[in-house]
Amino acid sequence: MSTLEKSNQAQFMIELRDMNKWYGEFHVLKNINLQVQRGERIVICGPSGSGKSTMIRCINRLEEHQKGDIIVNGTELTNDLKNIELIRRDVGMVFQHFNLFPHLTVLENCCLAPIWVKKKPRAEAEATAMEYLERVKIPDQALKYPGQLSGGQQQRVAIARSLCMNPDVMLFDEPTSALDPEMIKEVLDVMIELADEGGMTMLCVTHEMGFAKTVADRVIFMDAGQIIEENEPHEFFNNPQHERTQLFLSQILQH
Amino acid sequence: MKYDLQPTLPPPANSTGLIGWLKRNLFSGPLNSLATLAILYFLAISVGPMLKWALIDADWIGDSREACSSGGACWVFITHRIDQFLYGFYPETEYWRIDTTFYIFAACIAWLVIDKTPYKGYVAAFTLFVFPVIGFYLMYGGGFGLDVVETHKWGGLSLTLILAVIGIVAAMPFGVILALGRRSDMPIVRSLSVIYIEFWRGVPLITVLFMASVMLPLFVSEEVSFDKLLRALIGIIMFQSAYMAEVVRGGLQAIPKGQYEAADALGLGYWKSMGFIILPQALKLMIPGIVNTFIALFKDTSLVLIIGLFDLLAIVQAALNDPEWLGYSTEGYIFVALVFWVFCFGMSQYSQGLEKRLQTGHNTR
Repeated sequence: MSTLEKSNQAQFMIELRDMNKWYGEFHVLKNINLQVQRGERIVICGPSGSGKSTMIRCINRLEEHQKGDIIVNGTELTNDLKNIELIRRDVGMVFQHFNLFPHLTVLENCCLAPIWVKKKPRAEAEATAMEYLERVKIPDQALKYPGQLSGGQQQRVAIARSLCMNPDVMLFDEPTSALDPEMIKEVLDVMIELADEGGMTMLCVTHEMGFAKTVADRVIFMDAGQIIEENEPHEFFNNPQHERTQLFLSQILQH
Repeated sequence: MKYDLQPTLPPPANSTGLIGWLKRNLFSGPLNSLATLAILYFLAISVGPMLKWALIDADWIGDSREACSSGGACWVFITHRIDQFLYGFYPETEYWRIDTTFYIFAACIAWLVIDKTPYKGYVAAFTLFVFPVIGFYLMYGGGFGLDVVETHKWGGLSLTLILAVIGIVAAMPFGVILALGRRSDMPIVRSLSVIYIEFWRGVPLITVLFMASVMLPLFVSEEVSFDKLLRALIGIIMFQSAYMAEVVRGGLQAIPKGQYEAADALGLGYWKSMGFIILPQALKLMIPGIVNTFIALFKDTSLVLIIGLFDLLAIVQAALNDPEWLGYSTEGYIFVALVFWVFCFGMSQYSQGLEKRLQTGHNTR
């Protein structure tokens, strides 16, 4: 493994090379190779247990990989805590269960990391936070606690909280799976808007195929810890190559 | 299609109000009714005579046992010796020093406990860092023109409070550090914490106090050996921090994994995510456990009597042996129990209030 310098960062935003991960004896991710361009929007789908969440959680080191290389924005992810911190500053994450901090108000949720990690002055952090809360259309909830908001509102706050760190990459880990049906749209709308602005590299694990069709530059299908197929959305949905992909698509598109 | 809203109706009679409550709670079945009647009967025959003994027939004022002639409780024993029970063997002319220390402390605590007082942060810092110094010079002396009062002269309720307050306040940070250590990823830190916690939880406090007062001087040379009260305090703090660590660990484990992950993903390091995200939430969950530990410690301080420190219980027991006052042990023990109860009940009430006040967003993610 070579320590890469920041100089060749122009190449890819994220690069996974022969990445492997085990949970004890269980081989979760097998020889993953993935290259993500700057500003590229990728949707990752696949049956449950296929390792898609685990893969994106490896990118900001919520999970540790055991073999292969992960390079984010020119920094290689190793056990070096400095590198991990560096990468986490550039990579925002939105979780299935929002994971807002319940003891802090919406505004405090958004300001905490900019103030204490990026050392921004409080006033500036608050102004930025309000700006992003406006973009996710809930500036009026800024002084409430997460527990007082609906699921959809909480997830939009979570998106704003990540954006406040000005990340280069946003990881979405099934952002709509825990939501009531009538709230899925408001969250997807925010994500589509973010994608349309451009510039943000997005990796999104989701089962929302409509979202994939409208937004993604590339769709990746995973099964049993491997990337089975990847293609641009039109081709992916209309002309899937692999048998496993065809089966998966027929199962989820039936209804 | 149109539909009409149904009107809201009052509940059926006899299901609410006093009669409903009585029916539901006290006389819901034959067995329950029987139990209710039996308890009422027991209360009727016990409470009356007890009140008669403790209040109506009791003697309150006087300065010898001759004053106790009414046949009820002889509270004269307590009122006559109250100074000793509060101050121990502290020189009478210096009582004001204990009083002052106590009033400053009480004022600080009141300031912190009462809602909506300003500058809570400064007062807390004063109580934690400045007050101990003031308290030490007031109680022990040796500076600012105050005579030294050796710790073996300390005693009574003031000694009990000193042991409890210092034990509680000092055990807290150690407990948090030990709990974090026990959950640490670093094997050495983790095993040291586990060994420490399991060792201290495995020995009775009495043993710890014995070790501190009897055995330590055998191993340590005369010059190094230090004050008995200090040794007891250190023993109590080490013992108590192990218990506190387990309470804190319970709270830490109750925080959902997602909170750790969100903090990590935002790039907050270990200490920041602990300090801003995990501990504030965990401490809220730990309030009942912490107060429980505090109450247990407060009562356990009376164990110091076996190493010859005269806390409230010890000094009352000593007074019972006074030939002048033989036979009034009931009054003495009731007094001690009542004092302990008032403090413990106060702590428990405060913790319940605090729990209610801090409920901003539980049961949510």
